[in-house]
Amino acid sequence: MKVSIVVNGTKQEKDVEPRTLLVHLLRDQLQLTGTNIGCDTSSCGACTVHLDGEAVKSCTLLAVQADGGTVTTIEGLSKDGVMHPMQQAFMENHGLQCGYCTPGMVMASIGLLNENPNPTEEEVRLGLEGNLCRCTGYHNIVKSVLAAAKAK
Amino acid sequence: MIPAAFDYKRASSAAEAISLVAQYGDEAKFLAGGHSLIPLMKLRLAQPAMLIDIGRIKDLSYIKDGGDFVAIGALTRHMDVEKSALVLKEIPLLAHAASHVGDAQVRHRGTIGGSLAHADSASDLPATTLALGATYVAQGPNGERLIAAADFYKGFLESALQPDEMLTEIRVPKMNGAKWGFEKFNRRAQDWAIVGVAAWRSKDASGVALVNMGSTPILATSVSEALKSGASVADAAEQAAAEAEPQDDLNASSEYRVHLAKVLVRRALEKASA
Repeated sequence: MKVSIVVNGTKQEKDVEPRTLLVHLLRDQLQLTGTNIGCDTSSCGACTVHLDGEAVKSCTLLAVQADGGTVTTIEGLSKDGVMHPMQQAFMENHGLQCGYCTPGMVMASIGLLNENPNPTEEEVRLGLEGNLCRCTGYHNIVKSVLAAAKAK
Repeated sequence: MIPAAFDYKRASSAAEAISLVAQYGDEAKFLAGGHSLIPLMKLRLAQPAMLIDIGRIKDLSYIKDGGDFVAIGALTRHMDVEKSALVLKEIPLLAHAASHVGDAQVRHRGTIGGSLAHADSASDLPATTLALGATYVAQGPNGERLIAAADFYKGFLESALQPDEMLTEIRVPKMNGAKWGFEKFNRRAQDWAIVGVAAWRSKDASGVALVNMGSTPILATSVSEALKSGASVADAAEQAAAEAEPQDDLNASSEYRVHLAKVLVRRALEKASA
């Protein structure tokens, strides 16, 4: 089945099986491997991308469900070589250790601030409940999100 | 993990969805947000030959004031229920429960109708709408019919919906200021409840329902009867599991679930009586 999805600002027209998951379209057909597959059961959030401006888990979404939509992945955040403020905040606050959860964490965090621009620490922790960090580096991730909110 | 192969059709209206499902029969499943169905399909616990995508039927996503009740379109997303000013004002228990489904990413996609039609006793919204005395509207080839939440849940992942019917609307009675409590006991933030409780109480009535205490959500009528006959909250809560036959699983034994139900019903009713 033909799908047409705007990914990181570029219109992509691809032929997919109905069972193709969005994350596989992104990684395998578009070579956008920044989006990771972690648990593959919609728990860990490593596969988080934005669909029409909202954070979603791309391992639990069929590519055909995103047909006609707009997707942003971690590769689509920087502009002219300048990192997105959330990426900058993660770097400055050491919001990552091994880095595997980071693309999903950054996408979920941007989604969180879009919906709640000035969250409390508790709201950040609750808002990121759908993203797991197995290094358990949550403290600096929360610090990064609060710093990004402040920098806005 | 990739689901088994299936054919895919997109419906642009409830009528089209119902005519498609009549055509494909038992082979077909409706796909709404997909956040119950797709995980099952990835694990190959479900292998429908045909998916009928109803997720784009925009006119089934709404929240309207129906007088004594609030009417919620079946394709309304959890995030929209959770943030609706009307639901927050008239059915705060439902708004709160919706905010505890999965996580933000899941609530952006999952729908109230999808969650109810999936009929998982471990999900928050079947029990919550049961406690609130909701009525579900189903549309089929012969028109609409109303199903009380109390008559809807038939067994494990089994509802009163016929294979050719689609859930289109959920009518939830307004709480008229009744106080409420919601308890969700789990080990990790986004997990299903090991046991959950949705409860409300007004001057002369109450509703208490249990999450994950059997193959269906359970209405704890013995608790409400005890309260009505003047029992204290602590005494009424001792009746929490009277209607339940909870299962053993990896997370908890049946006995432990019974214990949790009593404690959580007491906590929920204390909040609903404060």
